[in-house]
Amino acid sequence: MIGNLPFVVCVILVALGLWTLVAKRNLIKLVIGIGLIESGVNLFLVSLGYVHGGIPPIYTYAPSGAPMVLPTPQALTLTSIVIGVATTALMLAFAVVIYRHKGTLDARKIRDLRG
Amino acid sequence: MTVVVRTITRILFPIALVFGGYVIMHGHLTPGGGFQGGAVAASALAMVVVAFGAKSLSGKKGLLSALESLGGVAFAALGFLGLGVTFFANVLAGSGGLFGNPVPYGPNPGDLNTAGTLPLMNWAVGFKVLAGLGAVVLLFALFGGEHDR
Amino acid sequence: MKWLAIASFCVAAGFLIFGAVALRPFGAPTLKEMDDYFNRFSQPEVAANNAVTAIVFDYRGYDTLGEATVLFTAVTGVALILRRTKK
Repeated sequence: MIGNLPFVVCVILVALGLWTLVAKRNLIKLVIGIGLIESGVNLFLVSLGYVHGGIPPIYTYAPSGAPMVLPTPQALTLTSIVIGVATTALMLAFAVVIYRHKGTLDARKIRDLRG
Repeated sequence: MTVVVRTITRILFPIALVFGGYVIMHGHLTPGGGFQGGAVAASALAMVVVAFGAKSLSGKKGLLSALESLGGVAFAALGFLGLGVTFFANVLAGSGGLFGNPVPYGPNPGDLNTAGTLPLMNWAVGFKVLAGLGAVVLLFALFGGEHDR
Repeated sequence: MKWLAIASFCVAAGFLIFGAVALRPFGAPTLKEMDDYFNRFSQPEVAANNAVTAIVFDYRGYDTLGEATVLFTAVTGVALILRRTKK
């Protein structure tokens, strides 16, 4: 249990984001919830690649003999972070446009997708 | 904003840009790379937007758009450069020319003139991320308000 | 309706925490042949000291190309949505 504490912390972040998505109605808060889920998943991916006593996978002035952390999850997390920024920007732009058209950010009052 | 924020922004703006360039340039030797350095440089742009207002940069939208397209095209072209072997083949690595010095195996002090097409791709992606994030921040600051619907 | 939301959230969070606890121990990955290859051969093949950069721009260049496309599409979408409308 205590050895898996980093995984539990990532999962708690994801659960907080899920609770935000379930309970809140403001569109900005929904975007914040999706950002929380993204952060939890990114942290989970990086912590999956950790090796005990590992050093970063970079050979510039590296101490010799120590094992290296797995590099593939870090590379794909980099991709995931940039895509998260792009989708967050697009969601916030949609929130701005919806507020201009409807005059509200409540997710219940904009369910009719007319006009 | 107040004069304190403006003065600090004038001091910090070139430092942040140079630090972003450093992170991009040493992307194949130290932690960092195109995405991270581009984000650092874009934070300098966002600082200017906060301190001086979005109107001071409103003429730069075309420049940012052109820079982003240029970065994307340069990245794809560097991918096509290795088409003699496969797509994205690193033809410059170890060739002895530009960025072509060989690397000894194991921990070493690091040589800037290595890694083939990777530094060039880092620069292309760095400019692309700088222009993209800067354009997003600038567009939100210019047209995101309620007053100019 | 409120209680249904709370109950479903509690079930999902319970599954998540159970999965995190029942996973393999932290710091001991089981399948690491690919990553060992990347760590070993990023210097002779790509001539880069940084294995992460070697993966991002060389071994998985297609992935980065798609990512650049996603970023370009997002910026284009934001510029399309947030333009000054004549009124």
